[in-house]
Amino acid sequence: MTTIASEPVTHAIATPRRKFPRLSGTVLSWLQAAPLAAVLGVFLALPILMIVVVSFWDYDFARMYPAFVLTNYVEALGSWVTWKTYLNTLKFAVMVWAITLVVGFWIAYFLAFHVRTAAVQMVLFLVCTVPFLTSNIIRMISWIPVLGRNGIVNSALMKTGLVSAPIEGLLYSDFAVVLAMVHLYALFMVTPIFNTLMRIDRSLIEAARDAGASARQVLTDVVIPLAKPGMAIGSIFVVTLVMADFSTVQVMSGGQSASVALMMKNQMSLLQYPAAAANAVVLLVLVLVMVAAMLRIVDIRKEL
Amino acid sequence: MTDGRRPASFYLLAAFFGLFVLFLYGPLSAIVILSFQGPNGGLTFPLNGVSLHWFANLFEQQAVGDFGGSFRRSLMLGLAVMAVTVVVSLCAGLAFRRRFIGETALFYLTVASLVVPSIILSLGIGVMFNEAGVEPTWYSSAFGAHLTWTLPFGVLIMMAVFNRFSPSYEEAARDLGASPWQAFAHVVLPMIAPSLVGIGLFGFTLSYDEFARSLMTAGTYNTLPLEIYGMTTNVTTPVLYALGTVTTVFSLFVIGATLAVIFMLERRRARM
Repeated sequence: MTTIASEPVTHAIATPRRKFPRLSGTVLSWLQAAPLAAVLGVFLALPILMIVVVSFWDYDFARMYPAFVLTNYVEALGSWVTWKTYLNTLKFAVMVWAITLVVGFWIAYFLAFHVRTAAVQMVLFLVCTVPFLTSNIIRMISWIPVLGRNGIVNSALMKTGLVSAPIEGLLYSDFAVVLAMVHLYALFMVTPIFNTLMRIDRSLIEAARDAGASARQVLTDVVIPLAKPGMAIGSIFVVTLVMADFSTVQVMSGGQSASVALMMKNQMSLLQYPAAAANAVVLLVLVLVMVAAMLRIVDIRKEL
Repeated sequence: MTDGRRPASFYLLAAFFGLFVLFLYGPLSAIVILSFQGPNGGLTFPLNGVSLHWFANLFEQQAVGDFGGSFRRSLMLGLAVMAVTVVVSLCAGLAFRRRFIGETALFYLTVASLVVPSIILSLGIGVMFNEAGVEPTWYSSAFGAHLTWTLPFGVLIMMAVFNRFSPSYEEAARDLGASPWQAFAHVVLPMIAPSLVGIGLFGFTLSYDEFARSLMTAGTYNTLPLEIYGMTTNVTTPVLYALGTVTTVFSLFVIGATLAVIFMLERRRARM
C-alpha cells in the first residue's frame, strides 16, 4: 500500500516542469568557464600586460614615469653581468632537470612495476608526496644543520676520520643550491612519470618478452618511449620552477650565486620596477620558448 | 614478475627508493630534533640539553615578529583560496566536458598560469594594484596571486577526472527521470567528491606555503611564509626551527585529516 501511495509523489519529482528555456551547450560552457577566465584574465593576463608596458617606462630613485624608452632592455641585455646571470640560471636548470629526470624515472619505475599491490603503491606514493605539501622554505633551511660547517655530514666525516677538517663547500655553494632544488622539485618529475607508467598496457611488456626482448630491451624500446609524455610534463614543471627560483639560490648559496629571478628581486627591492620588468619580459620569453619546445613532445590534454 | 621471485633489480631499486625517502625526510627530522635544543644550544648539533625553550620563545610576540598574526592571515587566506579553487575548478571542469568556442585559448591560459615564473606575476600584480591606486593586501592582490597558482592544478585535475568519468551514469539517471540538476547533485557530485577534497587540499597547502607570489602582493601585513623567509636572514637561534616544526606539524595534521576524509568518502562510495 505504502509503495503505491508514494508513487505519485516520486513521479511528480521525476518529471519537473522546465521553468527556463534549455541553455545551449556552448552558452552553459561559457557560464561555467567564466569564473576561471575572469580570475586568469585579471590576475594573469593583465599583470603580464602591465609588466610589458612598464618595461618601457623610465624611472629614478623614487618612482617610475610613463614613457617609451628602451634603456631598460639595453641595460638588461647589454651588461655582461646579466648574461652571466642568465647562463648561471640555465646551468642550474639543466643540472636539476637532468638529476630529477633520472631519479624521478627510477622512483616512478619502482613504484609502478615493482610494487605489487595497489595499497602498498598508494602508501609509498603518499610517503613521497607528503613533504611536498609542507613549506618549501622550511624544507630548504632544513639543509643548514645537515650541510653546515658543524653539520651532520661534516661531523660524521670527521668522526670516521675521512677528513681532518670540515669541508667548507657543502653549504653556501652551487652544490647546496642544486641539492636543495632536487629536494624541493623532484616530486614534480616523479608524479607525471608514475602516471604514464601506470597507464602502460602490461600486455605490451608481456608481448615484448614473448618476442624475445631482454629486460634491457623492454626498458629502452618499450617502457622509456611510452614514458616520454610523463617525462616531458615533469620537465616542464622542473625547468619552469628552477628558472623562477630566487629563494633557494639566495639562501643556499649564501649570496654567492645569482639567478635571473634573484636579480629581479634585488631590483624590485631598490624600487627599480621598470628594470625588473624588462628582465621579467626576457625571462618570460625564454621560459615560454622552452615550454613550447617541450610541448612538441607531449599533448597535455591527451595525457590528462 | 608474476612467478613470486623478485629479480635482483627489485632490491637495487628498493634500496634506491629507501635512500630517496631518507633524502626527503632526513633534513626535516634534523630540524624537528634541533627545535628541542636547550636554551644555550645553537643552530647545529650536538643538542645542548633538551627543552621547550624555543617553542615558548615563539609565542612571545616581541621575540620573533608577528607569528600569531601571520599564521592567522595565512590560515584565512588558505581557506578562502581553497574554497574558490574547488568551486571554480569544478565549474571549469564541467565546461571542458563540452567543446566550446575559446576552449583551446582558455586551456592554454590555464597552462600558462602554471609555467609563468611566480616572481613575474608577483611583480605584475603588485605594480598593477599600485598604478590603479589600490593598496595591495593579503586578502585582495595576494588572494588573486595565489589563485593563479592553485587554479591550474585544480582545473587540470578536474579535467583528468572527467576524462575518466563515463557519461552513462548521468544518462541512466536521466532515463530514470532525473533533471540535469538532480543528475549532477545526486549522481555526479558524490562520485567526484574525493577528487574535490583532494583539490581542496592542494588549494589550501599551496596557498598556505606560497611565498614568491605573496612577495609583492601581500601589502603591509606579512603572511606566514614571508615571516619565515624574513627570519632566515636575521634570526640565528633555534626559534627558527621551532617555527618550522610547528608549521610542519600543522601541515601534516591538515594532510592527515584530508586523507582520512578522502578515505571515508571512497569507502562510502564503494558501499553504494
